[in-house]
Amino acid sequence: MASANKDTGLEYLVNQLISVITNDGRNIVGMLKGYDQATNLIIDESHERVYSTTTGVEQHVLGLYIIRGDNIAVVGELDDEMESTLDLTAIKAHPLKPIQHGA
Amino acid sequence: MLFFSYFKELVGKEVTVELKNDLAITGVLHSVDQYLNIKLENIKVVDEIKYPHMMSVKNCFIRGSVVRYVQLPVDGVDVEILHDATRREARGN
Repeated sequence: MASANKDTGLEYLVNQLISVITNDGRNIVGMLKGYDQATNLIIDESHERVYSTTTGVEQHVLGLYIIRGDNIAVVGELDDEMESTLDLTAIKAHPLKPIQHGA
Repeated sequence: MLFFSYFKELVGKEVTVELKNDLAITGVLHSVDQYLNIKLENIKVVDEIKYPHMMSVKNCFIRGSVVRYVQLPVDGVDVEILHDATRREARGN
C-alpha cells in the first residue's frame, strides 16, 4: 500500500523534543530517538509532567524510556519558543483522563 | 480504504479531532496514513483552560486508535460522491 504523498511518519521528530500523551493520561516529555510502524517510541532524557490542581506541574525524571505504541494517544512536537515562555509551576489542572474505548 | 481516501481529500482543511479521553484538538489536517493516524498543524485545544497539557505543542500526531470523532468542515463533505463510493465498496471493487 502506497503511503499518502505527504509524509505521515515521525521521522522529522527524531532528535527533537516531544510531548507524549499516553492512554492512561500521563504526559511524558523527552527526546525522540526512534519509532516504528506500531508507534512504539524510544525516548531519551525523558521526564513525566504530573498535573495537579493544588501544586503546579511536577516533573519526575524517567531517563531512557520505551513506550509501546498501543499505549500512545498523542505525540506532540514541542515548540521551543512557546516552551520557554511557559511557567509550569503556575499551571494547575486535573490530570488527563485515560482513554476509554467504547465507553 | 474508503475512509483513508476520504481523509486524504481533506488534507489542508481545518478539522477538530475528539479523542477518547474527551480532549478535543482543532488544527489543519496535514496528513493521514492507513491506520487513520492523523497529523495536525497549528493546533489549538478546544478547552484550553481545562486542558493546558498541550500549550507548547504546535504540531501533533494523533494515533488513529484513540480518535472518537473527526469534526469536518461543512464544505468537506460531498454526500453524493460518498454515496457512490460507499455503494461501489459494498459491491466489492
